[in-house]
Amino acid sequence: MKMIFTIAGKELRILFSSPMAWIILALLQLLLGLFFSNAVGHYFEAMQGAMAPEQRVGFTAFVTPQVFGIAVMVLLTAVPLLTMRQIAEERKNQTMVFLFSAPVSLFEIVLGKFAGLLAFVSLVVGILLAMVLSLNVATDLDIALVLTNALGLWLMAAAFAALGIFMSSLTQQPIIAAIISFIALVGLVIIDNFATDPESPLNYLSLMRHFESFSNGVLNTTDIAYFLLFITAFLVLTVRRLDSDRLRG
Amino acid sequence: MDVEFIHNGRQYSLFRLNFQSYRRLTTVRRFFNLAAFQIQNPDIADSMNTVTVEVTELTRAYGDHVVVNEVSFNLNQGEVLGFLGPNGAGKSTTMKMLTGNLAPTSGTVKVCGIDMIEHPKEAKALIGYLPETPPLYKELTVDEMLALAARMHGVPRDKVRRAVASAKERTGLTEMSKRLCENLSTGYQQRVGIAQAIIHNPMVVVLDEPTRGLDPIQIRDIRALIRELGGEHSVILSTHILPEVEMVCDQVQIIHQGQLVFNGAIEALKKSRESDRLLVGLRRSPAFEALLALPGVAEVEQAGNMLRLRFEQLTADTVAEGVVRAAVAGDWGLYHIAPDTTSLEDVFLQLTQMEDLTT
Repeated sequence: MKMIFTIAGKELRILFSSPMAWIILALLQLLLGLFFSNAVGHYFEAMQGAMAPEQRVGFTAFVTPQVFGIAVMVLLTAVPLLTMRQIAEERKNQTMVFLFSAPVSLFEIVLGKFAGLLAFVSLVVGILLAMVLSLNVATDLDIALVLTNALGLWLMAAAFAALGIFMSSLTQQPIIAAIISFIALVGLVIIDNFATDPESPLNYLSLMRHFESFSNGVLNTTDIAYFLLFITAFLVLTVRRLDSDRLRG
Repeated sequence: MDVEFIHNGRQYSLFRLNFQSYRRLTTVRRFFNLAAFQIQNPDIADSMNTVTVEVTELTRAYGDHVVVNEVSFNLNQGEVLGFLGPNGAGKSTTMKMLTGNLAPTSGTVKVCGIDMIEHPKEAKALIGYLPETPPLYKELTVDEMLALAARMHGVPRDKVRRAVASAKERTGLTEMSKRLCENLSTGYQQRVGIAQAIIHNPMVVVLDEPTRGLDPIQIRDIRALIRELGGEHSVILSTHILPEVEMVCDQVQIIHQGQLVFNGAIEALKKSRESDRLLVGLRRSPAFEALLALPGVAEVEQAGNMLRLRFEQLTADTVAEGVVRAAVAGDWGLYHIAPDTTSLEDVFLQLTQMEDLTT
């Protein structure tokens, strides 16, 4: 357990010692801030318009899903950029040996790396959450809805990170890892568009479908389980992949 | 390891004892534990205390291509083992297997009696490893890098600072503490690599070409450090620089095409250099019969403008003495007499090419 935190700390330190993490944080913040102020600005316009009174929704229900929905899309591009270096670059720089020769198991290495990314993701989600909650000063927010959305976004980003780490373990080239993870993630997000009937298994695979309940403020255990399984599956695959490195050389 | 012993009517597994001690205790207490164990179990302890690395029939094949073929050796505590071999002989592959970076196709590696394959975490805790390329995170400073290495190898939090300071001192890095690893010269990067390998005071230090990229003064320092390490730990180092082996190693292994062609004490290798020939330069050379009549001389042949004498039974100095005395008496005009040594390089070539000649 201690080792996991040591590795996570190392990952964070390396992440923040390059400009990459700061640039990603700054740009994410700029982008999400723009969408946020835009959503707030549009609320009255939309509600005053031709909309029938029964179709009108509350302020929280209007702004939150929009902002968090956009945040999912933004993280979809940002997380592969963060995860791409995790294993690919260590391989390239021959620093993987450092972790392999230390008395830590492969699970600890992978979990440590994942924990480091989770900390970064939590920071992004935390800042976004603080931004949305700041509206509570001016109006009464549906806090529960905001928190569910944040949890959904956090799980979603964690799932992105798990897949990204796995893709990074497949190659030596960080850029290739980023591209493969991005394509895989886009595929998993829009896969439900290809479903012809509502019972199609493609719907179950889609990350976006499982995010919808969170975005509506519903805590659905099926969806939570889906994300946890998704994360576990890719982390286990990464461990397997690293193990085969050791076996095959 | 499934060795068990019974004490006060209770059955203990030897392994459990090792696990707990190696994971938590510092080196000193580790020794105490071994000592305590030795008292209770003298038979097993005898081999445990002295043998730090035990390699049996280690083999690694990539497909049909066998890179390391049934290599076996033992290393005792306090010894420095030199691993010699031409490029591509399988040195690095063997080291990777020793440190658990690569799984062997067959065979076992045991570190202080702990099997590397069955219990990698416990075995790895006893090893410090410097691979071919020093594994440094370029974004970290020397201090951060070493502190990370210490924590990763389970040095307790309050002792990390001291471990870092002593590792820096031993490798001459004190001035470089705040520099980024990225900005260090190759030689200093190599030193950081060595520092991270010895920071947790491991029982066995494995160094893959430790003097590569260093200047002559640094090489001298590092060799002295290796000798010093050899005092308390076991050191395995690979190299293709022969004088280095002669200077720092107690034991030598020559590996060629994945097979051990020589394994023994450095003295044995030095001895094989001592030849049974004298190179003699005479201005007025007598007939060969006169030379053959000298005590011990068995054969004479022309070597350029000098003569090469092969002798038997007697030692080189006795034969030389006889030659000098005869030369003075016969006024042969002796201007050169020296043992016709084969260099270490020749020995190395002989050993590594023997197989090529026979096949």
